[in-house]
Amino acid sequence: MKKVINDPATVVADALRGMALAHADLLDVQYDPAVVVRADAPVPRKVAVISGGGSGHEPLHGGFVGRGMLDAACPGAVFTSPTPDQVAAAVARTDGGAGALLIVKNYTGDVLNFETAAELAAADGVDVRTVVIDDDVAVKDSLYTAGRRGVGGTVLLEKVVGAAAERGVDLDGCEALARRVVGRVRSMGLALTACTVPHAGEPSFTLGDDEMELGIGIHGEPGRRRVPVGPADELVPALLEPVLEDLPFTAGDRVLLFTNSMGGTPLIELYLAHGIAERLLAERGIVVERRLVGPYVTSLEMQGVSLTLLKLDDELLELWDAPVRTPALRWGL
Amino acid sequence: MACTAESVAAALRAVAAVVAEHRDELVRLDREIGDGDHGENLNRGFAALVSKLDSSVPASPSAVLRLAATTLISTVGGAAGPLYGTAFLRAATSVGDVAVLDAAAVAAALESALDGVVARGKAEVGDKTMVDALTPAVVAAESVAATGGGVAGVLEAAAEAAEQGASSTVPLVARKGRASYLGERSAGHLDPGARSTALLLGALAGAAR
Repeated sequence: MKKVINDPATVVADALRGMALAHADLLDVQYDPAVVVRADAPVPRKVAVISGGGSGHEPLHGGFVGRGMLDAACPGAVFTSPTPDQVAAAVARTDGGAGALLIVKNYTGDVLNFETAAELAAADGVDVRTVVIDDDVAVKDSLYTAGRRGVGGTVLLEKVVGAAAERGVDLDGCEALARRVVGRVRSMGLALTACTVPHAGEPSFTLGDDEMELGIGIHGEPGRRRVPVGPADELVPALLEPVLEDLPFTAGDRVLLFTNSMGGTPLIELYLAHGIAERLLAERGIVVERRLVGPYVTSLEMQGVSLTLLKLDDELLELWDAPVRTPALRWGL
Repeated sequence: MACTAESVAAALRAVAAVVAEHRDELVRLDREIGDGDHGENLNRGFAALVSKLDSSVPASPSAVLRLAATTLISTVGGAAGPLYGTAFLRAATSVGDVAVLDAAAVAAALESALDGVVARGKAEVGDKTMVDALTPAVVAAESVAATGGGVAGVLEAAAEAAEQGASSTVPLVARKGRASYLGERSAGHLDPGARSTALLLGALAGAAR
C-alpha cells in the first residue's frame, strides 16, 4: 500500500485538520466527535440540512458544507458510517430553531446510525426528519435485499434541498422536496480497479487487467457482474441504459447529467465519457439542461465512472442554479 | 462462579482480547463479501471500552453492560455499532438492578440482546447475519438454564451453538447488509457478523470457565 498518510488510525482526523485550514473562511471543524460545520452556523430560523457517511468519498460530504448546501457533515471512519453522537452533535450545533433534515444514503450502517441519532435528537426536543436516498439502479429493490444503495445522486439532492432551506422553505417543505428528488434521480457506476482502504492495507477486491466490475457501490464493494472491459463506446451505454430504463427517462424529459469519477479516473476520460453520454441522450430526444462533471463522489483511488440522471422541472432547475458557496461547489456567490 | 460487575468487566476484557486477536480475520472475511471494516471497527470499540474500564468499573453488572453499549455505539460505526450497542443495551435493561447474575439472568439477557438486534436490524435466521449465530445461542442458553446449569454452562452452550450457527452461514445467500448486494456471489463465505458473534460468546464462555 502506497499512500500519503502517517497512521491509518488517524487518517480522518489528520485530513480534517488540513481541510479546516484550506477552507477556514467556509468551515468550522470539530474533532470530538468529528463534525464539519458551516462557519456561520447556526443560521436562525433556517432548516439545518445535515448529511454524512464514511470518509473516503471526498468531497462528499464535508466538501459540500456551506451557504446554499449543507449545514453540517458527519465524517465516519474510512468507508464506515458516522456514529450517532456525531450526528447528534451536528444537529445540536446547527439547529436554528426550524428543525433538521438528515440526508442518509441507503447503506445499512448509515441508516442504523442516523436512525439512532434521530431518536437522540428528538429526545432533545429538536424536530428531526430523515430522508433516505437509494438512487443506484444496479441493485434491484426486492423483499430480500436491503434495498438499493445511495450513491452519486446524493450530491444533487444535497444541492437542491440546501438551496430550498437557504430560501427559508420550512422543514415539511424541505422533507417533501427531498423525497421528490429521491423519486427522480437514478445512478449506476463501474469500477476498472479496486481501491485500498488504509486500515485494510490491501485492495478491497481483485480485478483482472481485462475485467471491470459493473454496478459497483461507492465503498469498493463488488457490484453485480464482472465483465470484460471494452471501449468507452461500450462502457457508457452499459451504465446509461439501465439508468434510462429504470425511471424510465423518455424523449422530451429535461435532465441534469452528472458524470462522476470514482477518484482514480482522470478528467480526460471523464470528459470523453460525458461526451458519449450526451450524444446517446440526444439520440433519444432527452434534453440535457445542466451538467456536472468531475470527481464529486469518490471511492479513494478507485478507477471508475458513475452516471447520474436527475429529471428536472422548473423548480428543481431554479434550485440547482441557486447560489452555492462550499469547498467543492461554488457559483453565484 | 459469582457473576458480579467485576466478573462482567473481566469477561468484556476477554472479549476485547479475542477481538484484537481476530481483527485481521474479521477484516478478511468482511473484505470478501462486504467492505472490509468489521474487524477494525469492533477492535476500535472494544479497545475504547477497555480503556474506560481501566479508569473505573461501574458498580453493577447492568451498569457495566450499559457502559459497553454506549461505548460501542459511539465508537464502532458501521452496522456493527448500533447492532452490538443495542444488544448490550437490551442486556443491561434485562438484568436490572442486581449485584450478582445467575444462570437464568444470563440466559434472559442473551434473549433480550437477540430481540434488540432483530428489532434494529430487521434480519431473521437465514439472512446470513449475526442473527444466525445469536439465535441458536439463545436457544441453547435457555435450555441449559432451564435444566439447572450454571452461568459457565449457559455461556458454554451458547458459544458452541453460536459457532455452529456461524458455520451455517457459509452456503447462504445474503439478504441483509452490504453482502446482499453480491447476491449469489455471497454464497460460500462465512458471514463476518456471525463469526464475530461466535467469537464474542466464546470469549464470554472462556471468561466464565
